[in-house]
Amino acid sequence: MSEQRPITHAVVLGAFCLGFGVLLAATDLVTHESIAQRKVEDLQNSLVQVIPTSIHDNNPVKDAVNVKDDAGKDVTVYRAMKDGKITGVAYAIEGTGYGGPISLIMGVDADGKILGVRATAFKETPGLGDKIDPAKSDWIIRFTGLSLGNPAEDKWKVKKDGGYFDQFAGATITPRGVVAAIKGGLDFFSAHKAEFLEVR
Amino acid sequence: MADYGRIFKDGLWENNGVLCQMLGMCPTMAMTTSATNGLGMGLATLVVMATSNLLIAALRGYITQQVRIPVFILIIAAMVTLVDLTMNAYMHELYKVLGLFIPLIVSNCLPLGRAEVFAAKEPALPSFCDGLAMGLGFTAALTVIGAMREIVGSGTLFADASLLLGPAFKFMELRILPQDTGILVAVLPPGGFLATGLLLAGKRLLDIRAGKPIAMAGAHSV
Repeated sequence: MSEQRPITHAVVLGAFCLGFGVLLAATDLVTHESIAQRKVEDLQNSLVQVIPTSIHDNNPVKDAVNVKDDAGKDVTVYRAMKDGKITGVAYAIEGTGYGGPISLIMGVDADGKILGVRATAFKETPGLGDKIDPAKSDWIIRFTGLSLGNPAEDKWKVKKDGGYFDQFAGATITPRGVVAAIKGGLDFFSAHKAEFLEVR
Repeated sequence: MADYGRIFKDGLWENNGVLCQMLGMCPTMAMTTSATNGLGMGLATLVVMATSNLLIAALRGYITQQVRIPVFILIIAAMVTLVDLTMNAYMHELYKVLGLFIPLIVSNCLPLGRAEVFAAKEPALPSFCDGLAMGLGFTAALTVIGAMREIVGSGTLFADASLLLGPAFKFMELRILPQDTGILVAVLPPGGFLATGLLLAGKRLLDIRAGKPIAMAGAHSV
């Protein structure tokens, strides 16, 4: 063992890398399709929560369009259609919380009224900031039906900042970030309404 | 002939990965905000340790001394990726709970430690059992730490266990304290240190009662 030349070690290491590389490639090949399928299912599951099934007869994932937001970033807008008319749209928005970014998905109907908002990924403090999860509190459900103007545009803040929305006991940063993100989502809707509702 | 009783006794208690070797502290602290999380992380680590130990022991004749560490890491990382992909494809609900943490198993020192100390020297079957035993000990430690933090911090025990183990395990989900009475610090990072420390102290206490010499962390191997 100790008399081996360096080349032997290189060959051994190379052979192991090749062998396990092939194994991983084979696993990827086998699982690739299932994983892609699961991803689509996850997306559809979160869309169902923000676009009621009663308002569409299409598959919003298929009728999606990409729209550039103010920062020039492409946002995928999933569109609900009934009888050939756009009845609502859904898209991902992002807020800044206490524990980093909060990813949300929101649905808005054709008149700009919120159909629903759900947080999809966040790292807020358990017991304080995680009340944005509908399993923990109904706070996020209360946005349903609201729009720009209801409440008035300058009331889209938490109460502590002179706005309309409740903050949580001991946690202001999380709801503040979420309210700002939803307001941003509504602004995005009103700025691009024509693009969203145009049937292509 | 390997002493399987010894292997399991070592893995579960006498040389427990968390309580004696003090390896894998990062997932131990980070993943134990609830008993269910601890259990899930422990089980995923168990699968990786058992398979990587088996493979390393079976291939140990071909691994030269000088490149053994990179080869061990390669094998462990390959097993982690394999578990990650397979779970994502076929156990998606579980993956959504644990997915974020599976890649972290690569950086857990416990599988590498067992590869170096045990699997590199012993035949395949005892090595597989060592991985299994160490994995079980790790799972037990993480579940207990998780349970301590969850009861004190959230007042529940095994919340969401049915997501991890299936709807049949709904009965495990208990509420110990009334809602919103938990002491939050237990589920925040300091709680991880407190619970782990209490558990370590408890084990030392039992060892002293039993009249055993106190083994220094990490000093005692195999």
